[in-house]
Order: sequence, then structure tokens, then C-alpha cells
Amino acid sequence: MPLEIEVDEIRELLDRGAQLVDVLPSAEYEEEHLAGAINIPLKEMTEEAVARLDRERAVIVYCCDYL
Amino acid sequence: MGFGEVYDFVPGKTAWLAMGWPREGTAAAVPNAGEIARRGTPTCALEDRVGEVREDVQAVGRHVCIVVNAAGIVEGRLRGRALEEIPDATAEEAMEVGPTTIRPNEPLEPLVERMHRRRVATIIVSDLKGRLVGILYREDAEAALERARSSNS
Repeated sequence: MPLEIEVDEIRELLDRGAQLVDVLPSAEYEEEHLAGAINIPLKEMTEEAVARLDRERAVIVYCCDYL
Repeated sequence: MGFGEVYDFVPGKTAWLAMGWPREGTAAAVPNAGEIARRGTPTCALEDRVGEVREDVQAVGRHVCIVVNAAGIVEGRLRGRALEEIPDATAEEAMEVGPTTIRPNEPLEPLVERMHRRRVATIIVSDLKGRLVGILYREDAEAALERARSSNS
């Protein structure tokens, strides 16, 4: 299970080289996403899709908001 | 899937944008409130004396000072008569309490319409935690929207 993080923690993780993954549908990603994030929609989260991520670095996933 | 360190940023994209942090995508072609807010607005503490605040504000050629608490959270605003009168009063005593603020991810077009209807020339932009980002001037927002329209036509 991923560890939940809040606003106060994310920037430090990114400064340490964490990878940012937007799991929203592609259309939403194209419209607006966090700078530097790559898109792997939740429905497309496969071994093949995540292969481009560096397993040696932390991964941060995000969605729209708390809901 | 074999990853050792995985985090879920629960507050999500909305919170990130409300902090005024950088974004990408087609929507980024039109600035949001945080991106055009003017930085460098003078700030002061609740216990600062109005007379000293006025001097500091005038020294940088500005006409407003945002009152913030120890955590940098916007508590009030000093401008106009409040900044001119009673120099021995504290900022807390003289300020407008709890001024209207907006978040950095506020879209410009409806915002400009609201500001125009209410004859408001400026508005404070603060982040998700209530900390000052800057002051948005309606004229800057209108210019940004015009530039965006021109680049789309």
C-alpha cells in the first residue's frame, strides 16, 4: 500500500528525486497536470506502463483531490 | 509491481494548484491568478506599529501592507486611512480584518468579471495554507486574458 503524504511532504520528496505520476485519464492530464508529472492512467496501470519508471527512485502518484 | 518507495499524494492536483505550484498542459497557456499576481507586497506583523509600517511601505513605493501572523498567514490589510492615521496603533488594531483572498488556481475570466462587477481593482492571492502569494491587479488579469485571446486567434 502506498504511504499517504500531504502538502507539507511532497516537495521534499521531489527534491530528493521522486517521480511524479498522474493517474487521471489522459485528457485531464493533457489539459493540466503537475509540472514534471508523467501520465499513467489508473485503468492502464500495467507492468508495461510502469516499466519506464526508475525502480531506484521513489514514486508519487496523485489524482484530482481528496474525493 | 516491485517498487520500494511509493507515495499517494492524497490532496491531489487541486491542492498542488491551490498552493500556486507549477503546472503544465494546455490550460497553462492561460495564466491563473497565482501566475500573474504581483510579488513583493510589503508585509508586517500584527504587533508592528502603523507609523513604522507606513514608512516601510512608502519606502518601496507601495500603498498597501498585508498583515501576517508568525506562520505567514494573511490576517489583515493596511491601506488608505488605516495606514495614515494613528501611527502608534498596532497593525492588528488598525487593519481590515480577514480581507477577501483567492487561491492561485483561480481561473482569470470569471474572476475578472466578478472584480469588474464589484469595482474591485486588486485582490489578495493566498495559498492553500493562507500564506500570501501576491496581489492580483485586475488590469494585469485583463491584459493576460487579452494576450491569451490574441495568441489563439
